[in-house]
Amino acid sequence: MKKWTPYLLVSPYILHFLVFVAFPVVFSIVLTFHRWNIISPMQYVGLANYEHLLNDRLFWQAVWNTLRFLMVHIPLQIAIALTLAELLNRTIRGVAFFRAAFFLPVIISGVVVTILWQQLLSFNSGVLNRMLTALALGRIAWLDDPDIAMYSIAVMATWKNVGLYTILFLVGLQSVPIQYYEAAELEGATRWQQFRYITFPMINPTIFTVVVLSTIGGFSLFVEPYIMTEGGPMNTTLSAVMYIYKQAFQYYHMGYSATLGFCFALIILFVVIIQRRYVEQEV
Amino acid sequence: MNALLRYLLLSLAALSFVYPFIWMVSASLSSESGLGDVLLWPVGFTWENYVTVFTKIPLDRAFLNSSLVAILTTGLVLISGAMVGYALARLEFFGRNLIFYLIIFTMTLPFQITLIPNYITIVKFGWIDTYLALIVPFALNSLSVLLFRQAFQALPQALIDAARMDGAGELRIIFQILIPNCLPTVLTITILTFMGLWNEALWPLIVIRNESTMTMPQLVTLFSVGGRAEGQLGVKIAAAVILAIPIVLLYLFFQKHFIRSMASSGLKD
Repeated sequence: MKKWTPYLLVSPYILHFLVFVAFPVVFSIVLTFHRWNIISPMQYVGLANYEHLLNDRLFWQAVWNTLRFLMVHIPLQIAIALTLAELLNRTIRGVAFFRAAFFLPVIISGVVVTILWQQLLSFNSGVLNRMLTALALGRIAWLDDPDIAMYSIAVMATWKNVGLYTILFLVGLQSVPIQYYEAAELEGATRWQQFRYITFPMINPTIFTVVVLSTIGGFSLFVEPYIMTEGGPMNTTLSAVMYIYKQAFQYYHMGYSATLGFCFALIILFVVIIQRRYVEQEV
Repeated sequence: MNALLRYLLLSLAALSFVYPFIWMVSASLSSESGLGDVLLWPVGFTWENYVTVFTKIPLDRAFLNSSLVAILTTGLVLISGAMVGYALARLEFFGRNLIFYLIIFTMTLPFQITLIPNYITIVKFGWIDTYLALIVPFALNSLSVLLFRQAFQALPQALIDAARMDGAGELRIIFQILIPNCLPTVLTITILTFMGLWNEALWPLIVIRNESTMTMPQLVTLFSVGGRAEGQLGVKIAAAVILAIPIVLLYLFFQKHFIRSMASSGLKD
């Protein structure tokens, strides 16, 4: 082996890193201090983009929308995934079938899932409202009511991803030594106590993974509201990425769009660090 | 818990995951009037929706684009990931740890921060509306490097020593000796990368404007958001079915591997 061989082998990575990671990070910070529509030269504007952002009602609306999404999505995700994993974690027939069925939405494109749910949730002709009408419960404006639309999307996103988290929890549950339960049983612990004091602490890392992945997923939301509601009604489903996209490619505010991206990224990092702290304290 | 109740709950859950897809397929084969039904079977069976999709948008071309991009990029990810993973796992050199930390840093970096600058890079390279814009930014990914690094670390040094003794070069060692010994890792990376690329809609929306270079999810998204579906729900749903079919077929073939690779990548995060 020649001395420079390792460098030759890692050179694609270094080149790729410089062009698509290092440069963008530095350039995005530079961009936040400029006004630029790509065509004319960049114009230095100091902190104007940040000032604008602080007063930008739509930016805070997008942050608030994401938080509302996460408030429904994360607890629902954990509750359903954990329940399904618990149900699967027994020797039963057809485990493979159930696992495969739960996993189906995970592998399918968000575009497909969104188009599908758009029809299921449609006010006039949607299957869900037809069922409700048949039960004489009246119809619900799943995607047209500003108070509900984001939660409908949160439920859809849960439906799409819950299979993945079920599998993760199943792996977690199966790593708990069976002796723990046997010992607890001898001590007379109830099922709930067994869950609270054995299962729960053991799967805490998995819960953390689910929370982090869901949070990142929530902040990356784009296709779902873009196709389903185009951010409406009244911007209540406008997502962070959608707003970045709009600022850049509808208004050509590259500097401001980069500022949005930069600040959203900081918020994501902040939220993930807080979550990590919190979970570490719990364990 | 009662076994019967367990089965009942599991079946209900399975139904709620599978039924919408059955509904979708039968809706795509129904005439417009039957659409709102809670159908399991097409109402007024017709291929019309599929015919309309292909006449309205170049979905066949988009299918070829998607396939080309996903296959080529997955190949490049495997090659580059194996090379870098090997260097990190098996070779001593100055800066090795630095590269490892850069990879971890890249993985934790939210993509929102690099989105706009990367678009500008593509513009400056003159790659807008070319396959290069879809392939090159994704041709190397940190997860594949880490997975290969892990797999190569687990192999015995004797394997490499023997190959060197026989005069094999480093590339030969990687691709002829080590890779065949860690096929599960190759499969995991292939599945994750291919699936991610096949389903990616945001990046193509940004760098491709020309219909003849568009990928399937992009074209279907634009078709569905723009007015070209003309409110014909069946047509929109048919487009979605066509987009889903390839990945579902792959899933049916490699089901176990799909689940395993997604689970292991999730846990490593």
